[in-house]
Amino acid sequence: MATKETRAHGNTPAKDTPAKPAAADGPDLPGLEPGELKELLRLMILARRFEEKAAESYQLGKIGGFLHLYIGQEAVAAGAITALREDDYVISAYRDHAQALIRGIPARAVMAELYGRATGCSKGMGGSMHLFDRSVNFLGGHAIVGSHLPIAAGVGYAIRYRGGDQVCLCFFGDAAVNIGAFHEALNMAAKWELPVIWIIENNAYGMGTDIRRSAAISELVDRACAYEGTASTQVDGMDVQKVRAAVDEAVRTAREEKRPSLIEAITYRFMGHSMADPSHGTYRAREEVEGWREDDPILSLSDQLIAADVITAEEYEEMDRAVIEEVEGSAEFADASPSPDESHIYDLVYSDEYPHGLDRRDSWR
Amino acid sequence: MAVITYREALNEALREEMARDESVFLIGEEVAEYDGAYKVSKNLLEAFGEWRVRDAPIAELGFAGLGVGAAMVGLRPIVEFMTWNFALLALDQVINSAAKLYQMSGGQYNVPIVFRGPGGAALMLAAQHSQSPESWLAYVPGLKICSPATPYDAKGLLKSAVRDNDPVVFIEGELLYNVKGEVPEDEEILVPIGSADVKRQGDDVTIVTYGKMVHEALRAAETLATEDEVEAEVVDLRSVRPIDVPTVLASVRKTNRAVIVEEGWPVANIGAQIVDDIQREAFDALDAPVARVTGLDVPMPYARNLEKLVQPSAENICTAARDVCYI
Repeated sequence: MATKETRAHGNTPAKDTPAKPAAADGPDLPGLEPGELKELLRLMILARRFEEKAAESYQLGKIGGFLHLYIGQEAVAAGAITALREDDYVISAYRDHAQALIRGIPARAVMAELYGRATGCSKGMGGSMHLFDRSVNFLGGHAIVGSHLPIAAGVGYAIRYRGGDQVCLCFFGDAAVNIGAFHEALNMAAKWELPVIWIIENNAYGMGTDIRRSAAISELVDRACAYEGTASTQVDGMDVQKVRAAVDEAVRTAREEKRPSLIEAITYRFMGHSMADPSHGTYRAREEVEGWREDDPILSLSDQLIAADVITAEEYEEMDRAVIEEVEGSAEFADASPSPDESHIYDLVYSDEYPHGLDRRDSWR
Repeated sequence: MAVITYREALNEALREEMARDESVFLIGEEVAEYDGAYKVSKNLLEAFGEWRVRDAPIAELGFAGLGVGAAMVGLRPIVEFMTWNFALLALDQVINSAAKLYQMSGGQYNVPIVFRGPGGAALMLAAQHSQSPESWLAYVPGLKICSPATPYDAKGLLKSAVRDNDPVVFIEGELLYNVKGEVPEDEEILVPIGSADVKRQGDDVTIVTYGKMVHEALRAAETLATEDEVEAEVVDLRSVRPIDVPTVLASVRKTNRAVIVEEGWPVANIGAQIVDDIQREAFDALDAPVARVTGLDVPMPYARNLEKLVQPSAENICTAARDVCYI
């Protein structure tokens, strides 16, 4: 098993500078109940098995477009989203399947969306990168890097505007810290004390570019110092309980102190950037990927829970079987679902009246 | 009937809509303590407080996106850009977020937001401060675009824009803020988005225009009447998405001749679109090719004489109208 030091990445300082122990000064473990721990495990397995099935369906040509898998990073979404209440909000970048599932969008609705079917959570209009579900306050799936950070600030603004105590949890990748929208959003959230929790999912690479080659800062979380009032912490993103503890604290800060937090979760994606990208090759070595795979967040938790008698090996197997069945069922559901109705092509451009019609220039159709 | 300025009309619209609906708020650079760079938001901070009249950092992309997020969860933001030139920094949010979220979410998240501010040339502000953004934005399904010419239309359209459940781009005229016009008092004015207004009746030639150029067109029409005995009908589009094509066609079918006037550049602009609508739907009604009067195809120069040369004038419009009337 690789140690924290060996698998630290991103902007880990050079060897002659003292390494900052990631999350060593973080909050205590949350002391979760056995039921909560089992649910965390189940959610991570769900995210993993779902992605495996999605990859298979993609290879079969049932899913089009880009497909960005979350495999390896499950502890981040599971630890973070389970810290929320039902009336809180979640918003994500384009690597959003796990966040959607863990927030409570049914697997069949997510899979049907990937298949481009009318039964998808976005009615087949959004696809992999644009999952939405208003009923669980899941605000998307956004595919322009950094663009949803100001949107998250706006959700925070609306919460404060109405005097509510909800929070908005905003996931984004490490490379998003270099785009202007990151700065503009974190600046406004800090200045106006907006209840937003910013989570950098630092998986070390913006597509194929090592974050150390693009960010002029050694620890991404240190960017928080530019936004006074923003709480910040770096956490082991391969440990779901540590992520949960960090987000629990950020939620408390947002609800009680109306302050934003920036959390950097150190994690790793085991697969390529998308299905078009092999897991290793041009920009990272097989050994590096294998090293991280030894620290699989699901196996770490299951080993820990089995050792602590929270769950038996048989129960774990059964949990996995049930999840696989759910995921297989979601693919069958998606396969059997109808494509969106072509006669409604103009129906979702505007929610309100649009005089003179959108169809007046399509007589060639 | 009160006579007020275009600026005051916009201020009244903001004040009335904010008083009517607590979910409406204004955000932008200098909108609060400074009363707005062009004083459109005068005294609103005092009336509504800082959460509803919010001075933003100079971060167009950031505060436009903040508006989109607030709109997704039920507020009705009015995002003021000090000018549309600066809004270029925010177009990712206008185009990639606001215009697409309703469809992309399968109809779950509509975005009731107004993006407003002045466009077009003012006086010797040079290339980066003198652009007309209408056609850049009118290209995008999911947006509605208004560009009013008079105080009445400015008030009525802005109120409609605030009440619309989709993103509305609202382009004011920097040189229109002091224009005066009649606006009824104690009467709710709502001008529907996508409805043109015939600002002057005439039988001989149709002049289709919007925004600041409406005033040049009306001046041209007076000249044509006096000097040429030509009665021009001036159709003020008021909205450039959707375009009120039926009103344009009805006028062209009456006059059999059309001149389209706009301040912006000639390539791929609103006028080019209208020519297409006319030729496809009223080809047989035309007695002459449709003429277009536009700004010249150059970045705006600074020098006073060149700035005047680049922009369409009443004189240019008269020339084009005489051409299509074969005078």
